[in-house]
Formats: sequence, structure tokens, C-alpha cells
Amino acid sequence: MSQTLVKPPAKINTVQAINLAIADAMEADENVIVFGEDVADLEGGGIVKVTQGLSTRFGGNRVRSTPISEMGFVGAAVGASLVGLRPVVEVMLMNFTAVCMDQITNHAAKLRFMSGGQTHVPLVIRTMTGAGFGTGGQHSDFLEAWFCHTPGIKVVAPSNPADAYGLMRAAIADEDPVIFIEHLPTYWVAGPAPAPGHFVPLGKAAIVQEGRDVTLIGYSRSVHDIRAAAVNLEKSGISCEVIDLRTISPLDMPTILASVAKTGRAVVVHEAVRSFGAGAEISARLHEQLWTKLKAPVQRVASKDCPVPFSKPLETGFLYSVDDIEIAVRTTLANA
Amino acid sequence: MPASQRVLVEIYRKMALIKHNDDRFISMIKAGRLTMPYYSARGQECIPAAISVLLTDRDYITTIYRGVHDMLAKGVPPKLLWAELAGRATGTCKGKGGPMHITHPESGCMVTTGIVGASMPIACGLGLAAQVRGEDRVVIANFGDGASNIGAFHESLNLAAVWKLPVIFVCQNNLFAEHTTLANGTAVQDISVRAAGYGIPGVTVDGNDPRAVYDAAQEAIRRARAGDGPSLLEAKTFRFNGHVFGDAGEYIPKDQYAAAVANDPYPRFRDALIAEDVATSAELDEIDALIETEINEAVTFAMDSPFPELSELGIDIYAPVGQA
Repeated sequence: MSQTLVKPPAKINTVQAINLAIADAMEADENVIVFGEDVADLEGGGIVKVTQGLSTRFGGNRVRSTPISEMGFVGAAVGASLVGLRPVVEVMLMNFTAVCMDQITNHAAKLRFMSGGQTHVPLVIRTMTGAGFGTGGQHSDFLEAWFCHTPGIKVVAPSNPADAYGLMRAAIADEDPVIFIEHLPTYWVAGPAPAPGHFVPLGKAAIVQEGRDVTLIGYSRSVHDIRAAAVNLEKSGISCEVIDLRTISPLDMPTILASVAKTGRAVVVHEAVRSFGAGAEISARLHEQLWTKLKAPVQRVASKDCPVPFSKPLETGFLYSVDDIEIAVRTTLANA
Repeated sequence: MPASQRVLVEIYRKMALIKHNDDRFISMIKAGRLTMPYYSARGQECIPAAISVLLTDRDYITTIYRGVHDMLAKGVPPKLLWAELAGRATGTCKGKGGPMHITHPESGCMVTTGIVGASMPIACGLGLAAQVRGEDRVVIANFGDGASNIGAFHESLNLAAVWKLPVIFVCQNNLFAEHTTLANGTAVQDISVRAAGYGIPGVTVDGNDPRAVYDAAQEAIRRARAGDGPSLLEAKTFRFNGHVFGDAGEYIPKDQYAAAVANDPYPRFRDALIAEDVATSAELDEIDALIETEINEAVTFAMDSPFPELSELGIDIYAPVGQA
């Protein structure tokens, strides 16, 4: 099927960017298929319309709404990928991955290894999450650590529309299962549009801003917050280097190590709860590998170790704030 | 169409292949030469033997930890299977999967899972791929009666029915879910009645009768190939060696066990073939002798093969760099 490609506007949001990335991938490779709850146009093109238009454009054979059966359809995506299709499935909310973890961690992640490399699972699982909309304890969690703790899975979390496009194209082209985390509260924040066919390699972090005194490391939502903190701290003469991980697992250690070796200080920031999170892993690696170059202990800024609450003041209190990041930065400097 | 005499003999050959391999696995484990968790399917050999003669190499199967019989019937070469069970580098999966995770795509064995029920959603995906691409392939999803109580079974039957996927769900009902009887763990006597909840055909057959299994599978496969969607085929049978090797089976009533052994499908079918003049005793002995030779060669191949290098711990986790 041939389509006249409409030139995208100069600015787009993440919903549009991911939609465009999937459409471009489907145009380029007929093995790319899409399914999940309500993803076809008859059901609205996805709960926030990320997949809008795809079923009309590519047909009901390749774009299908599913029953509310995450274990069933994620398993079906695993099976289809084993024989060469490239499914992009939507597990609507990240908390819903809990009901299909067996297919993700026992099957998608391990079939390449357990089959001795005879089969593999080129599968993308899109899932959205994030606190701030009052969605409470079962609709808002960042659960990336579950997947990062499972060898065989890659975990991606873009912070802006252009990266979302490029990372989605790379994830669909990747030969391994990818958990693609979309941040619900920043879906509609506009950013520069990507060039068509723009790929952002998996496992490669971006240095968003260069700095001297401290390295701020984040992904997804926290990139917005560490950039804001960096602007504020600059006014006090504190120069921050800002790293957007983009891919959480595998970690881009060369970029992280080079930056922290230069600044001697690091603060890791994520929306996921603090304990046993990605921040702990990054902090541990920095202490193991840069002990003599660190000028201060690595600081973590994260959400409180409790379920995401509903009541607005509690939800706000659960999340870290930009102030918390600035305090953590000043703590590293106080240890100088 | 009923099974021809040639097909009946082929079913016998597959049953003998499964039985003789099982006998040897157990003797090798007892002799201390093979160390593995072994879930013997001795007693269930008729089911995959009678179904697999209706399949081609293009058709897929998925199976479970009790699945060596399914794999042998579908055509996994015994020497590769033996090497895998012995943990050798020459095994189907380079020794990295083991008895609960055999994969052999060339023969259509796409997944073996150690998680009860989990291979059924994957079977749906294999069927989906065939459907999306317009390919003539069917999928046999093997599982046990215990798996019909887990969510994956119900989600898979519904999904396959809604999408009319070419999947045949084969419940090898051996009457025990680990140590729990069918009556104590399952709300229905016949698993096949659960098909009605998903609007698909469900039939129960004597899983120790090759002709009954063959006829029912033939109809389910015809339906799937015609694009009419999935079926649930329940084959009632029994496992003679308990849940896992070493299980003494105290929980199995003695009279039930004795009755099952008296109904052993292997001698029962052998005697029937001879009585009905389908084959002579000498012809069947020749088949058995060829299998024994093949097993001897497989054992030698496996035991003479090297263990995998430790470097394998860093291989096959992700795609090789440059390929991803």
C-alpha cells in the first residue's frame, strides 16, 4: 500500500510522535503488527489515541483490538514474534504488566537463551504510566526495575517527542523484547518534530546539557525536572551536566562514567519509588567503578516508598519535587 | 477418513519411539548417568503419535515440561534431544534449555514451557502469524488437565475463538495435576465441556486409542485449515511414572493404577495391529529393533559430546552486537 507522506509539523507531541513512528515502521515492514485493548479505530484508536488511524490505514489483519486479556495477547505477541512477525502491543497501563509478567519475564526475556539462540522475540510492549492525574495505586506506578532486573529485556523510556519517535523506530527494528515506557502526564507536551526515519539507538544516553560541577541523571519525566533544577542551580553558579538515559537497560555506562569522572558528583532522579530502583543500580556502579574520582556520595531522588496515593496533597507529597533535586545537588557540593 | 494401515503402523512406530526412549531415560537416570528433572509421559504416547501423523513440518506444536513424547512424535531427532537432556553443547538448545525448554524449529517444536498453561497464549501467536501471512499452518497446543484451571487456558481459548486462529488445544488429561486428582482440583469431569464457554467445538476421546485420537484430531485440524478456528480436544489417559521422576505416587489409588497399567496403550495397540492383520509380530519387532539402534546411537552421541563452554553464559541473552 502506498501512501502520500504528509510532512509533519515543526512541533509535535509524544502521542503524535509514537503514532508516526509505528505508522512509518508498518509502512516499511509488513511484519510489523499492532494489537492491544481498544487500539483499532472502531474502539477509538487507543485510550489516548496513540494508535489512531493505524487500523484504517493498514487494515484489521495487522491492527487488532484485543479482549481484556493481557496474558493472552502478550503471549500471542511472543508466539507471533518467534516466527518473524514484529508485534507492537499495547499493555495500556504499566500496572497491567503485573498480570502478564509470566509471558514477559519467563518467556519473552528467556526464549533466546533457553533455545540456544534458535528463536528470539522481536517484540515491543508499549505501556503508559505516571502519577499526577489522581489515578492512584494501580494505574500510576513506574515498574521499570522489574524488567531491568530480568536479563534479556531492554527497557526504554523517552522524555520528549523526537526521542519517542526515534526510540520507537529502533525498538521495532530491534531483535529483542523491548519494554517501551510512555509517560502519561507529559504525552501532550510539544517538542521539535523528528526527521522522518530518525532512529535513536537503544542503549545510548544523550547529554542534554554539558556542565562542570555535578551530573544529573534521569529518564522519562525526571528529565524535565532535572533540566528545571539545572536552570535554577545555574543562577547560584552551579553548573550541571544533564544526562537523559533514554534506554534504562542496558545502561549506557560509558556516557555515565565519562560524565561523572569529569564532574565527580552525581544525582540520579526517577519517578519510581526509591528502594531497589534504577537509581540504586546506577549509584552502586558509580561507587564501584569511580570510587577514587567521586568527590561526594552519589545521591538518589525518587518517589516515596509507598503505593501511589489518590488525594492530591498526598500524590504531590509522594512524588519528588524540583526542590528535592536541588537539595540533593547542594548535598553533593557540601561534601566537597 | 479413517487411518490407513500404513498410517497405523507409523503411529505404532512413533509410540514405540516414545516408549523405548522413556525406558532408556529412566534406566540412565537410575544408573546415575543422566541428571535431570524428568517428567515422564509414559502412558500418554498414543496422543502425540496419532496427532503428529496428520501434521507436516510446517505445522507448529507447543508443549510443556512433560513433553518429550510430543517432541519425538513431531520429529525432534533423538540424538539432539538426548544431548540436550544430558546438558551437552550439541543438544537442540546447546544445553541451555534442558528437559523443560526444548525448542527445535526445524521440526516445528517452537516452545516448551515449564510454566503450566503458558504455552497456550504463545500457540495463539503462532496461529496468528500464520493467519496474518495467509499461510497453511496449524498449531497443536499440548497441555494437561491441570492447566485447564489456569487463566492462560481461558484467555487463549477466548482469543483463539474471537480471532478464529488455527490452533488445536490438546488436553492430555492424565487425571492428576501434580498430586491432585481431577475431582479435587477441577470443577468438571470432562475438560472438553469448557469449550462451550468459548463457542468452539470440544470433544473427549479415549487417549489410549490411536484411532479415536486420530479421527478427532483430523476433524479439528480440518476445521483449523479451513479457517473455521480453534477446537478443544481432550484425550483421557494416564501417566505411569508419577509427576516427576522419583515421585513414588502414594497419592494414586492402587486399583486405579492397576487398571491404568492394564490399559497401557503401547501393548494394547501392538496386540490390536497383530490381531487385525495390520502388521505381523515380526514386522513390529523390526520397527522396535531399528528404534533401539537409533537410541543407542543417540545415547553414545550425547554422552560423547562436550558440555557447553562457560562463555555461553554471556551468549544468547541479547542479539549479537551489530545484529540488533
